[in-house]
Amino acid sequence: MRPEVTFEASVRRVEGPLVFVARNADLGLNSMIEVVDREGRARVGRVAALDESTMVVEVLESTLGLGVRDTRIRVRNEPLLFGVGPGMLGRTFDSIGRPLDGGAPLPAVRRMRIDGLAINAARRALPRDFIETGVSSIDLMNSLVRGQKLPLFSGAGLPHDRLATQIALDARLRKGEDAGGFAIVFVGMGVSHDTAAAFRDAMASSAALEHTAMFLNLADEPATQRLLTPRYALTAAEYLAFVEGRHVLVILTDMTNYCEALREVSASHGELPSRKGYPGYMYSDLASLYERAGCIQGMPGTLTQVPILSMPGDDIGHPIADLTGYITEGQIVLDRELDRQGIYPPVRVLPSLSRLMNSGIGAGYTDADHPALANQLFACYARADHIRILASVMGEDSLPEVDRRFLAFGRDFERSFVNQQGRRTLEESMAIGWRLLRGLPAQELTRLNAQQLARYLEVSPHA
Amino acid sequence: MTEARIRWISGPVLRAVTADVFHAQEAVAVGAGALLGEIVQLAADEIVAQVYEDTTGLKPGDLVSGTGQPLSVRLGPALLGHIFDGLLRPLDTQGAFIHPGLGQPALQRFAFEPAVRVGDTLGRGQAIGTIGTPRPQQCLAPPGISGVVVTVAPAGSYREDEAICRIRRDDGATRDISFAHSWPVRQPRPLERRLPIGGPMITGQRVLDILFPVARGGRAAIPGGFGTGKTVLLEAIAKWCDADIIVYVGCGERGNEMAEVLDELPKLEDPRNGRPLMERTVIIANTSNMPVAAREASVYTAITVAEYFRDQGQHVALMADSTSRWAEALREVSGRLGELPGEAGYPAYLSSRIAEFYERAGRVSTLGGREGSVTIIGAISPPSGDFSEPVTMHTRRSVRTFWGLDRGRAQARFYPAIDPLQSYSRDAEALAQWWQIQGNPAWTAQRTAVLELLTEQAHLERMARIVGKDALPAPQQATLLCAELVSEAVLRQSSFSEVDRYCSPQRQTAMLSLVMRFVELARAAVQRGVDPERIAAMPMRALLQRIGEQYGEHRIADIGALWPQLESDFHALERAQPAAPPAAEAAHRAP
Repeated sequence: MRPEVTFEASVRRVEGPLVFVARNADLGLNSMIEVVDREGRARVGRVAALDESTMVVEVLESTLGLGVRDTRIRVRNEPLLFGVGPGMLGRTFDSIGRPLDGGAPLPAVRRMRIDGLAINAARRALPRDFIETGVSSIDLMNSLVRGQKLPLFSGAGLPHDRLATQIALDARLRKGEDAGGFAIVFVGMGVSHDTAAAFRDAMASSAALEHTAMFLNLADEPATQRLLTPRYALTAAEYLAFVEGRHVLVILTDMTNYCEALREVSASHGELPSRKGYPGYMYSDLASLYERAGCIQGMPGTLTQVPILSMPGDDIGHPIADLTGYITEGQIVLDRELDRQGIYPPVRVLPSLSRLMNSGIGAGYTDADHPALANQLFACYARADHIRILASVMGEDSLPEVDRRFLAFGRDFERSFVNQQGRRTLEESMAIGWRLLRGLPAQELTRLNAQQLARYLEVSPHA
Repeated sequence: MTEARIRWISGPVLRAVTADVFHAQEAVAVGAGALLGEIVQLAADEIVAQVYEDTTGLKPGDLVSGTGQPLSVRLGPALLGHIFDGLLRPLDTQGAFIHPGLGQPALQRFAFEPAVRVGDTLGRGQAIGTIGTPRPQQCLAPPGISGVVVTVAPAGSYREDEAICRIRRDDGATRDISFAHSWPVRQPRPLERRLPIGGPMITGQRVLDILFPVARGGRAAIPGGFGTGKTVLLEAIAKWCDADIIVYVGCGERGNEMAEVLDELPKLEDPRNGRPLMERTVIIANTSNMPVAAREASVYTAITVAEYFRDQGQHVALMADSTSRWAEALREVSGRLGELPGEAGYPAYLSSRIAEFYERAGRVSTLGGREGSVTIIGAISPPSGDFSEPVTMHTRRSVRTFWGLDRGRAQARFYPAIDPLQSYSRDAEALAQWWQIQGNPAWTAQRTAVLELLTEQAHLERMARIVGKDALPAPQQATLLCAELVSEAVLRQSSFSEVDRYCSPQRQTAMLSLVMRFVELARAAVQRGVDPERIAAMPMRALLQRIGEQYGEHRIADIGALWPQLESDFHALERAQPAAPPAAEAAHRAP
């Protein structure tokens, strides 16, 4: 570790989260700094801009009570680092990686930059291993694979926390799980105390806690820290994945709070706002988090992300959801209407998508007929959805027979396929899928080939 | 060498004081790590530069040294088959994580076969010889260099930077030429003249080649919200189009997509010559988490590489995914420079930058008199899929072909999700002749018929929504039936199907002609009183719906053989026109 240097009375101005400091140390951009108030309380900050005489320090905690004359600056000429090491699992950390559970400090074996380095695209391995989440609408229709980033697009009041917890508990590989190699990093950003506690209790009751690391930034903590929490957590996840070789599932909730913090901090810097007041670099900033998911050639571990965001006003076109969708490999969309009908998980299948699905399913990965079945269910459900609009205008009775069968299919699909209690294997999900298709005329099933029609739906190939 | 000292730095932008003379857009090396940057503003004693790498650790007082050159890349035989970052530094020789300050690539050796002799006059743009990589390339003198050959190396193996030829120019000065030379990325490479539209660039995707074709040297844009299949379509074109060289630039996009391309291309064969597709491809990757300023440069790097191959007389296709991220990088850097923002925060010069970029496409006669072309296909990611945003609007004015993607189709997993009513191609008319020569004299008529059918379908579906499908008169029901068939049988094509991911012009013609004959017969039959329900129940219809999957490239002749069956099925349908309504019975009989 490099030596620390302390300066007295060098603060010139305090403005929101920014502190202007006389430049009496030869520091580089993004260096870590501690701002120490008169009571000796240290607050972490980083150098955001530099000129010959002044450093602009972004304080990552509240600037409440900082004075101009009586504040000291302690510096280390290095970027923000996180000391990581074995023993992180089973622990709870605060927004900036300090143990929160009263346990012993972490024995760090390695200090890693929290903003990480970009994974070399040429060294990435293609995510291929199917993860069985136990949720039909995900496993069969929008499969999750290791190394993918697949967000849950939710809304205020929808059961995304329950679904995320369930995935964290139930997710497993199909080819014999190496239990010791699995880890969960839960990142709460701006979450309430009860959300954090609920997740913790769920993990504890299933003994999953010992392979979970939690990073908690609570709703009443400063916005600047919220920007660092996922970076500390992802640094820990990268260590677990690429140094310890584990399969890490990172659950980030709630990205909307993170983006709000980004907007708040950007405004305090006096930056030119872009859409809805969010900064123009929000895409790049989100990408710097999401792109840390992946698999690397020759490295045993993988890093999978399930970010959760609550779409303001349930609007999928809102910048937070929109930019996320452009970076992540698909999205699982939760729907208020389904939730109201008591369907759990209320996954709206049509706008949901998993881009990496095709590389992780089919012969050799899941089931040779999985892609065709998923495709056919999608097409039929989309048609049912379309007919539903017609039916709402003209009434169901005036529809042709075929259309009525599609309507019935659509209802069944939601009630007995999307809706589920407990975990389902992929085979169970597929069996339900084939059963639902049997209710439809075979000549409408154009995404299936003759063999599939014959095998699962007992239609003779040359009628 | 010119020098300056950093005075102020924030993010990727720095100001430095200097007593030396720097030049606009000169490339600079910054700090101890010699990070690459470019001058964006100049004053008497101050320069403003943007740095293309992570600036963590830079501080006032650090050295900025000028290179005396505009931002340039080294063009040579080592490009094909490899992946580079936005500044054309190889990624496949780097470690798992990218550290700032990537060096230039190691120099490689290549076989050389001379084409000129001592005493020959080397004209502008003429080849000195061939370089024998897996795919032979031409060794060109840098543009504008000509003269008499003084020495030329014999056939053999040479390093990229070794002089293989010396020429004496008209002014008496001599100049050594090696395999590789550098060229400033923001400056279009010179050409002799531009040529009018020749043939199409066949993409292998039916909906594009039939309805909205792009010419060789043309300009196309693919706008679409997230999840509409932009990248999959762009990758499909990169794999199966009939260009000689593919330059694929991933600008601010996903790392896993690059990994996918790298994983797939070496395994796939070019359907035209059986060679691995990777051999004809150059990939430039500036993923969304790589420094934003280099994202801006990567698009120029890519077009410069494309032009370099064009000058060798190749037909090049450039795929840019996504030009929106490039525009956003412009916006971000512009914001940091404190420039006055225009629409949606983009700088006022956005429109002219987009126009300049697309203008570098074209079918040309090169300096050496060869025919070459650069076709640009740019993806656009409009916020919330709204095509009225600045990047889409400005691009629309610069391109000739517009492939709008539709979320509704994508959600029904109807790919490619091209919206036929929003898309257009201004090249189509000029390309009709090419299709005629290829053996489809009816191409224009068929294309018009399909477009009319789809327009009518949209109209009728609106009606059906109000009055119900069954209330429509029989001919209109038949129209809907036919439009659905054309969509299912011809326009839908899965990029993941090994049989159907590529469709040759011959197969396109066979499929389209057969389906359009069905449409013709179906409409005629309904006119003569056949119930549309009975047409819907025809086994031939079911067969046509799966024709792309069932009849691959080696079964083109079998598609032609279906004609007599089609005719006789319709004949039978009309002959069997019964007294009692047969619809229900026919439905039971169907597969």
